Amino acid sequence: MLNNRFSNRRDRLLRLKVMREGGRLPVTNRIDAPVLFEQCPACNAAVSKKQWAESLSVCPQCGHHRPIGAYQRLEMLLDQGTFQELNANLCSANALEFEGYDSKLDTLRRRTGLSEAVVTAKGKIGGFSAVIAVMDSRFLMGSMGVAVGEKVALAAETARKAKLPLVIFCASGGARMQEGILSLMQMAKTASAITRFQDAGGLYIACLTHPTTGGVTASFASLGDITLAEPNALIGFAGPRVIEQTIGQALPEGFQRAEYLEEHGFMDAVVVRSQLKSTLTTLLRLHSKGGARRG
Amino acid sequence: MANHTPAQKVALARHAGRPGTADYIQALFTDFFEQKGDRLAGEDAGILGGIALYHGRPVTVIGHRKGRNLAENQRCNFGMPNPEGYRKAQRLMRQAEKFGRPIITFIDTPGAYPGLEAEERGQGEAIARSLAVMSQITVPLIAVITGEGGSGGALALAMGNTVLMLENAIYSVLSPEGFASILWKDSSRSSEACDVMKLTAQDLKQLEIIDDIIPEPEQGAHTDPDAVFQAVDAALQKALSRALRISDPAVHRQKKFRTMGTAFLQEPGKDVL
Ligand SMILES: [Zn+2]
Repeated sequence: MLNNRFSNRRDRLLRLKVMREGGRLPVTNRIDAPVLFEQCPACNAAVSKKQWAESLSVCPQCGHHRPIGAYQRLEMLLDQGTFQELNANLCSANALEFEGYDSKLDTLRRRTGLSEAVVTAKGKIGGFSAVIAVMDSRFLMGSMGVAVGEKVALAAETARKAKLPLVIFCASGGARMQEGILSLMQMAKTASAITRFQDAGGLYIACLTHPTTGGVTASFASLGDITLAEPNALIGFAGPRVIEQTIGQALPEGFQRAEYLEEHGFMDAVVVRSQLKSTLTTLLRLHSKGGARRG
Repeated sequence: MANHTPAQKVALARHAGRPGTADYIQALFTDFFEQKGDRLAGEDAGILGGIALYHGRPVTVIGHRKGRNLAENQRCNFGMPNPEGYRKAQRLMRQAEKFGRPIITFIDTPGAYPGLEAEERGQGEAIARSLAVMSQITVPLIAVITGEGGSGGALALAMGNTVLMLENAIYSVLSPEGFASILWKDSSRSSEACDVMKLTAQDLKQLEIIDDIIPEPEQGAHTDPDAVFQAVDAALQKALSRALRISDPAVHRQKKFRTMGTAFLQEPGKDVL
């Protein structure tokens, strides 16, 4: 357990260092890695850790997209050496004095190396500067409490002031229950900050990843000028179980998946992970002055 | 003020005889003209809206509608709107802005409807868009939470320059039953959830989520609706005359909701690990 913590922490610090300074990240350098293969949760294929890493956590057999952490996502998207984290230390407090919440936050911070469920940064994607926010579902299901709402709003405000595009990767179970009504208010806060940014002419690209539900879907995730999603990502307001209980019947195959939303008019494109960076680069180019190559 | 427990308040807020949006419209407004339909796909009776005179001033009034009897309950889906309801509300808000009418909303819903078709037609998008519209419109918006303020489905009408709340109304991120089942995997612990959720008007005033509490009769709004109408009228008039003096209501709302919860943030030392 303790070993794991240190190794996670070491891993995170290494990633940060590499991102700041540029250079290659050593693939799976953990000495204590006990398992060399991890089964694909979709097709059960045995895939080596090395393969998972090389394929950006997409199953080489069936194309299943495993959720990935925020720093890994940033490393995948940002040009080397351009990562500048924003408001890195901002985190929620136990405002409603909910029993056990403090220690839960504390444990998660240690275990994941994250201070909250979203990482926000300035950086370059394919040469184009942008503000980017990436949610991380390992941190309390990526739920939105005050800190997540604040960091997303600050990201939109940074983008507005710097006249930069805003890219948000969503992954969230919805509102942070432990912060009660305060987390509900973050829907208003983020939707309002995004709208102000857009009204000032800003480009907001929303990328919905597995899973994006609840209060995040019902606020900033659904307000993109351009909306993308990863294949088969679950996207919805109510969770599938709640819907099944409400209507008393099983849900159709593929319901609330990215492709389903695309069919129903709520998605510009479903994009495989390996194409995300080039798709974003194209979109940023299409919105840059004169469409010039390289900003 | 009576000393009801949070769980008792939840029961009062859900009481079948509690005055609803249609009752407030009938009691406090004149010349009400109902506007139906979202102009996109359909009409949702779960949200009632239209134009009316409030003390002689044209206003747009919108609220959740639960219905007064079983047939109405079913037609209104027990006050749980579908996306069409929220899109109708957006249309009415935009129109209010065009004609310079203040907007008054009444909040009383268990939540947005978690149905298959509702999802298919973008329930999340509809709520998100409503929040975006409310952060843009340049006319004042006063929200009154009259019964159940259930989650995003309630917030989607409640981004007011002023948010008023009846003494026994509730406003929460989720129903107490849902809260207990998510956090403790046990929906029977809902009265315990009521205690920790801070869903009463008193708690919400302290957290600065709402601006003012409107008093109710000792045993709840349903015991003396006329007294409630009077109290709501008085609070609304005061709030509206104040809101009409705000030079830029959109910016006022943006700033108001921007700061919610920020007092509780912390920024520990550089290394949180
Ligand atoms: Zn697979």
